[in-house]
Amino acid sequence: MNPTAQAILQFLQTYWVELVCGVVIVAVVPLIAGYVVLVERKLMADMQARLGPMRVGPHGLLQPIADAVKLLIKEDIVPRDSDAFIFWFAPVISMVAALTSLGALYFGPAFRVANDINVGILFVVGVSSLGFLGIILGGWASNSHYSILGAIRSTAQLVSYETAGGLAIISALLLSGTLKIQAIVDAQSQYHVWFIFLAPVGFFTYLVASIAETNRAPFDLPEAESELVAGYMTEYSGFRWALYFLGEYANMIVVASVATTLFLGGWLRPFPNVHWLNWLDFLPVLLITAVGAYCLYRAGKQPVKVQAGFMWAVALGCFAVALMFLAPWIFAPLRFALPGLNGAFWFLLKISGYIYIFMWLRFTLPRYRFDQLMHLGWYILIPLAIVNVFSVGVAMLLESEFGWNRWLAMMITTAFTLAVSVYLVHLNDKRTAAASSATAVATDSYAG
Amino acid sequence: MLDSILFYFFAGVAVLSAALMITRRNVMHSAVFLVTTLLAIAGIFLQLHAEFLFVTQIIVYVGGIMVLFIFVIMLVRLDVAIHKMRFRLQKFVAVLVTVVLGLELFVILHSAGQLPGGGLFVPGSANPDKLAPNSEKLATSLFSNYLLPFEIASVLLLVAMVGAVVMAKNRKRTDEP
Repeated sequence: MNPTAQAILQFLQTYWVELVCGVVIVAVVPLIAGYVVLVERKLMADMQARLGPMRVGPHGLLQPIADAVKLLIKEDIVPRDSDAFIFWFAPVISMVAALTSLGALYFGPAFRVANDINVGILFVVGVSSLGFLGIILGGWASNSHYSILGAIRSTAQLVSYETAGGLAIISALLLSGTLKIQAIVDAQSQYHVWFIFLAPVGFFTYLVASIAETNRAPFDLPEAESELVAGYMTEYSGFRWALYFLGEYANMIVVASVATTLFLGGWLRPFPNVHWLNWLDFLPVLLITAVGAYCLYRAGKQPVKVQAGFMWAVALGCFAVALMFLAPWIFAPLRFALPGLNGAFWFLLKISGYIYIFMWLRFTLPRYRFDQLMHLGWYILIPLAIVNVFSVGVAMLLESEFGWNRWLAMMITTAFTLAVSVYLVHLNDKRTAAASSATAVATDSYAG
Repeated sequence: MLDSILFYFFAGVAVLSAALMITRRNVMHSAVFLVTTLLAIAGIFLQLHAEFLFVTQIIVYVGGIMVLFIFVIMLVRLDVAIHKMRFRLQKFVAVLVTVVLGLELFVILHSAGQLPGGGLFVPGSANPDKLAPNSEKLATSLFSNYLLPFEIASVLLLVAMVGAVVMAKNRKRTDEP
């Protein structure tokens, strides 16, 4: 065997887990993103008392695949006066940035691509923010007013809210004392509490900042349909457009994972250290079996044969997954896989909850005006995040140096932060009132 | 083996895109190639097990400064500005700077060759698993030994920031009738 082949073999032997996990991420995340879109449409339909997509597959379950095929075979239009090189390249940046940052995340104690790098959480945050280069370059290269306005809005929004998001992350990092993803989750297990309860304001700030960073409603000004057609994506069509779209949804998964890791206990189950709640370890199996049983029950009631068959398939799939979860309990040699499976279940459940909040807010709140968005970012969220970092630090100091009760220290400092936030909102209201009255006076003088 | 492949990949990308950056006519293309250069240099940092420097390079330079560069390029029509003001002594200054920079590099490389390591970069010279995590080390030295320079630098940056805000505000006020 020649040395090159040997070197390649050795490389594969060392890194096969990472390679397999990487391929799984690249292959599965677009599919998941497609189904997140379907869930979003279904939820929107439910909240607006409609049915949503129903035609492709039972209850529209094959809709994402049909959409993907449609986008793939759609004509790919490149505007004549666009900058072809950057126009071609920009969507790729968006997608690659989102997928790369997923690579450094842990979806459970076992499933990861990168070995626990020393600066894991910073890497995820930094690389996912590179996706904005794709947006701004795409908007510029399209050579269209709508696109460039969308791109400028998007950059301004990123710069404002990334600051608030970064400061919110710091409050959790202070508590964990490390940047390693695995160690952050371990710290939450040692504290016996998720960091959302120790730094609630930090979590809230990150929630708002992450909605703004992923350009979701109510902060979706870069692609506000009624103002800018589709913002930076206006000139894109076909598969390039799909890449942007996928990048956006992959980015949602990234911010949800970061929030889960930092504030919601990562892959830990609720109450990881309470022993009489150990039956919660069986909850994944029970839940999945219950879903399968429900599908079996519904299968008998489906009016169309295809739908009944599909329900049967879903039920059997659920039972297969449940068996996979149950196997380690039956065969002792497979026990090693149990924490990984359970961890992945809890992690995905928390991510889904976080993304559900995103959708819920999108269908509930009207869109912000751009100056309101900037005021919220700079006058309220960033000062609040700074005060929060300060008060988390004070709480930790009170606990470690003066021997205060952790909960007491936390509650007092959080109350302080909340008081500051009320004051900030009041200040902003006063400023807005003053600005609007000034405008009114100006208008009057012109009218007179 | 893998180390040297990766090193030559990153170094090649960095040099190639740096060359492309200064030869492109289009300013936006130059900016894109500058991003590639910075990313490739970040990769070399990672290979040297300077994880913190690697992430900081990505967050600060690529994520922050380059986004602002591109923002400015988009807002200001540079192609017009460039035609208006041509730098007359450009060639003379360019040659001067190149000579000085070349001399500097030569001196650095030459004196580095005299050091016990025998060169600047020896791949695999240190066992990465035995090194202490350097983000912690960096933090400790910044906040203990070098606290005063660190604080002075941050105050300087703050002053610059406040100055920029004040200048922006002033111009707005005089613009308004």
